[in-house]
Amino acid sequence: MTEVVATNETILVVGGGISGMTAALEAAETGKQVVLVEKRPYLGGRVSQLYKYFPKLCHPTCGLEINQRRAKMNPNLTILTMAEVTGLEGEAGNYTATVKLSPRYVNDNCTACGECAKAVEAEFDNEYDYGMSKRKGAYLPHVMAHPMQYVLDPRIIGTDDAQKAKDACKYDAIDLDMEEREIKFPCGAVVWATGWQPYDAAKIQPYGYDRYENVITNVEFERMADPKGPTGGKIVRPSDGKEAKNVAFIQCAGSRDRNHLFHCSRICCMASLKQTHYVTEAYEDAQVTIYYIDIRAIDRFEDFYQKVKAKDNVTFTKSKVANIITDKDGNPICRGVDTEGYNRYENTHDLVVLATGMEPSVTKADFPVDIVINREGFIEPDPANGAVFAAGVASDALDVNRAVQNATGAALKAIQVVNRVAGAEG
Amino acid sequence: MSDMNTAMVEKYRSNFLKEVEANVEEGQWVKMCMQCGVCSGSCPLGPYWAHPPQEIFMMIRAGKREEVLSSDSMWMCTSCYNCIVRCPRELPITHIMHGLATYAKKLGLVPKNQPTAQFSQIFWDNMMKKGRVNELKLGLSLYFKDGFGQGIKNALANQKLGMNMMKAKRMSAAEFFGGHGVKDVAGLQKMIKKAEEIEAAKLEANK
Repeated sequence: MTEVVATNETILVVGGGISGMTAALEAAETGKQVVLVEKRPYLGGRVSQLYKYFPKLCHPTCGLEINQRRAKMNPNLTILTMAEVTGLEGEAGNYTATVKLSPRYVNDNCTACGECAKAVEAEFDNEYDYGMSKRKGAYLPHVMAHPMQYVLDPRIIGTDDAQKAKDACKYDAIDLDMEEREIKFPCGAVVWATGWQPYDAAKIQPYGYDRYENVITNVEFERMADPKGPTGGKIVRPSDGKEAKNVAFIQCAGSRDRNHLFHCSRICCMASLKQTHYVTEAYEDAQVTIYYIDIRAIDRFEDFYQKVKAKDNVTFTKSKVANIITDKDGNPICRGVDTEGYNRYENTHDLVVLATGMEPSVTKADFPVDIVINREGFIEPDPANGAVFAAGVASDALDVNRAVQNATGAALKAIQVVNRVAGAEG
Repeated sequence: MSDMNTAMVEKYRSNFLKEVEANVEEGQWVKMCMQCGVCSGSCPLGPYWAHPPQEIFMMIRAGKREEVLSSDSMWMCTSCYNCIVRCPRELPITHIMHGLATYAKKLGLVPKNQPTAQFSQIFWDNMMKKGRVNELKLGLSLYFKDGFGQGIKNALANQKLGMNMMKAKRMSAAEFFGGHGVKDVAGLQKMIKKAEEIEAAKLEANK
């Protein structure tokens, strides 16, 4: 599986989230050879961790399933998981990529039966649930993981657990001798789709994310709403497990703030409006407060916003919360001054959700290749980038819909380059 | 109402924001405020002012000249810098507040008996005499600003503080007779006078 057959007419796609998958599939379906490199053990990226999409409130698993099916059926696509691009040399139409492959310790014999996970005792924070749950040292990253194969956490290698996992496997799928490898292969164009990570909420000192248990981020709240998530879909307070019926959302937590992120992350307004539905649908006596500077629900999202606004149990407070304190019961109290009347408020809630913004997951210093990055950390379209084209959130803060459109455009750019290479070699 | 104030009203009749931008130090930042409210919520003295910074900025844009310039709000700023540190748009809010206070003073619009304004004047006069602050005289002028009887009361109330300051060599009774200063007091006074002339000329030119 790790033998990559590639030429300088091959397109390398870096990152297997929704943007990378889209770019890779669109290019592969035009008949181009594509190698898709993903750091995690599975495809789908952060979209796979969402419970529902806005504005239709449908489940991302649906679209992921279609994409995974397209990926399985396409012979032009080579997928490398647990792989990272560490180097890229050459020029447009003639690159050599260096890729580091981390050992999964599980081979293609795996049927995802789960016996290894039962045998292993060690538990670790589950990254899929942003550390809100535990998973075993041998695990399936999530129920819809593609490839559908278990992974051994490198931290159990060399312990008894590793041997227990191997002994439990009936299919000879566990190979404890796997080692990190480095491979090199040629490619003509690169689609860079490394996506985003949530801004570190602990850096927003007045909100006390690192001090208060009942102040969480929007990505954590999303996992909480998911029936497959850490609380089985129950919206509760981390401190005492009590039902969280009075929930506050604080918009622009990090975004549009020159002390944190320069840019508007574009998704957080809609994400909070969507998450408001989770609360009001879970509890009849729910109370939601959205603290905002301005609501950025563009185009057709305006309808969605108006519908949420019409709900009796949702309050919109035009104010960026100045700071959060807690009372003796651990209830977070939002303090500030509103802009509609300049009224000073101190509102007590069960749970505060910080609508944290997106920042690029790869920092400027960590790019293995010279690339033009803007002030916000996103990749600028620039001739100096050669045939490296940004797709999705690597290029700007985008929602899924726009990321997919953007990725399709990036795929076209890459196809144009490899077509030129093919024409020259004719 | 001072002549300068009348002239400024005439010139900027309907646009107070422009007036602030032209005449108030750091005033050009006012239009950058996005009304998020973090400054007002973060201000430790916020509950005690007539108008928190966010509101002052909106009032400037709304042309509420009289209310802004004669308010005590900018005089209540203690320069803790919490607002500057937290402002998502990096507005130098503390400096704008001081700029507004200075401008209001130049126009003769400071509210009567505003204690911070009074203290500022006492501090300035004290410092200008020798180029250094004479702690003893500063304290005494502050105590006696509201008359002799009140002065004695104030002095007695703060007796212990004064004694401790003397003990810690933060204040000396000898300061009463002249007190310490910079080497070239006349030079300093000349320099400040020149700076004041430049400032006044700038304001005059904007009239």
